[in-house]
Amino acid sequence: MTALSVLAAGPGSTIQDGGRHGFLRYGVTGAGPMDPFAHALANRALGNPAGAAAIEVSLGGLEVTAEGGPVAVALAGGAFAVTLDGQALPPAVVAMVEPGAKLKLRAGQAGAWCYLAVPGGFDVPQVLGSAATHTRTGIGGIAGRGLMAGDRLAIAGMSPAEVETGEIVAPLLERPAETIRVILGPQDDYFAPDQIAAFLAGPWTISARGDRMACFLEGPKLTHVRGYNIASDGIAMGAIQVPGEGQPIVLMADRQSTGGYPKVATVIGPDLGRLAQARPGSTVSFRAVTHAEAVAARAAEHAFLSAAIPVEPLIRRHFPSEFLLGLNLIDGWVDARQPA
Amino acid sequence: MSPEPSPRPRFLDAGEAALVVEFGTSVDPAINDRVLALDAALASAAPAGVRELVPTYRSLMIHYDPLRLSRDALVALVEERLAAPMVQTRAASFWTLPCCYDEPHGEDLAELAALMGLPAERAAAIHAGATYRAYMYGFAPGFTYLGGLPEEIAISRRTKPRPPHNTKVVLVGGGLSAIATFSMPTGWYVVGRTPERLYAPERPSAFLMEPGDSLRFEPVDCATFAMLDKRAEAGEVVARRQPA
Repeated sequence: MTALSVLAAGPGSTIQDGGRHGFLRYGVTGAGPMDPFAHALANRALGNPAGAAAIEVSLGGLEVTAEGGPVAVALAGGAFAVTLDGQALPPAVVAMVEPGAKLKLRAGQAGAWCYLAVPGGFDVPQVLGSAATHTRTGIGGIAGRGLMAGDRLAIAGMSPAEVETGEIVAPLLERPAETIRVILGPQDDYFAPDQIAAFLAGPWTISARGDRMACFLEGPKLTHVRGYNIASDGIAMGAIQVPGEGQPIVLMADRQSTGGYPKVATVIGPDLGRLAQARPGSTVSFRAVTHAEAVAARAAEHAFLSAAIPVEPLIRRHFPSEFLLGLNLIDGWVDARQPA
Repeated sequence: MSPEPSPRPRFLDAGEAALVVEFGTSVDPAINDRVLALDAALASAAPAGVRELVPTYRSLMIHYDPLRLSRDALVALVEERLAAPMVQTRAASFWTLPCCYDEPHGEDLAELAALMGLPAERAAAIHAGATYRAYMYGFAPGFTYLGGLPEEIAISRRTKPRPPHNTKVVLVGGGLSAIATFSMPTGWYVVGRTPERLYAPERPSAFLMEPGDSLRFEPVDCATFAMLDKRAEAGEVVARRQPA
């Protein structure tokens, strides 16, 4: 059976599928990807279901190789620096990793998370119906922890005989993060109109304290109309809660299922990944949109992911021929390095 | 529970893919009953597009796919279910959970008792003498929020959470009691430990109780705790269940 073998992993790279569903009512966090669009895109580029188990690579980076045969991989997400046996690849790409070849991902120009998908997803035991890793409770993925050197990840599906390698062309991946769309509520009535205006105006600086659980925002201090304790209710991914100190916290993939602070607004689904990809120190502001506008943006993403994902040969991007030889992309050769 | 018609709930958006049906703002068994009745009515015939139902003290969060089920259609559906005679909700259970209040398990009991001006044995007896309602889960898998804590030991949470405690601990804080299955930093006071597993993913049914169930704690000594803990570790349910 083919597998990817982890040669090195920075902290915070985990196995994530579409998330753990149906158990929020028992306090079980959904987990799943921080940037659901990029995760789905990497999977769809290989013809996988959008929620197949893939690796979420953090800024700590990742280095893998193939075992038991060549492995097709699809990468999508932030603008990471990617090399295959030393040759540069674009950050959104489908490539073939030969046994022994080293695929390296490092924090590049922009973005905070990159997804590595393989045909059929990784064959990882499921807990409560999902392979998603939630490190705080130690469930999912590999023993509920981040990836480490020495991990061997079996691949569920066969590597398709003809995977189209090349750059993934996805305009929706180029998403500026400066303005994040939100729907106000569910507790916007805990804030006076001038506080709502201050929240939307920002600007907010992304704190370095963030992790998969939450994105902490630093900026104007918000005040509540009537206290900051509410009887706990449900928390959706993207909920922006405002604790007593007045600095908003956006609850992300590893959030708790319920919480007791008023939530001024919720980031819309299509903008969750944009926010997740914003690096510490960058600034964002928020724009309130209608429910209909959010659904329309969601429908556009869904339509893109439902169609065949465009993959263009790398030759169009003028990569050096040495690099193209390394990818075995030249038509008519079984192996471009060993012409028949 | 009350004979007069209940007020219409508020419908609040939590983004475009979650709707909060809010029946009230306080911790109240009658409000929680309405939440659980709607939860049961929706769960019994799950409409296409509804992904997950999360009942809390006073609201039901409905996670849905807005590309399959519009917000308007979902609101109409909820109103229709609320107007119809409520389906028979799940019969609640009454649980008796073993709990060891002694050292080292009840590690904060003496501190809590001193703060409330009580001998430790008295504080334990008060905690074990009450009947609790399991209102909701949250915070972590199997973390159960319990209402019904007697006033004499209804302490606030600590201002600063303290380092991780044990697993399966029985907690008091914020005027409530709770059971935590995981070891996590907490502002609550650890008054005891139960050998029962409220969350056991290897069991056919991973969670022991349902929101709306009631329970009491039955004090056991350390030796009994150790014996029951071994049996629970082997997969046995050591809590006792009867119809409520």
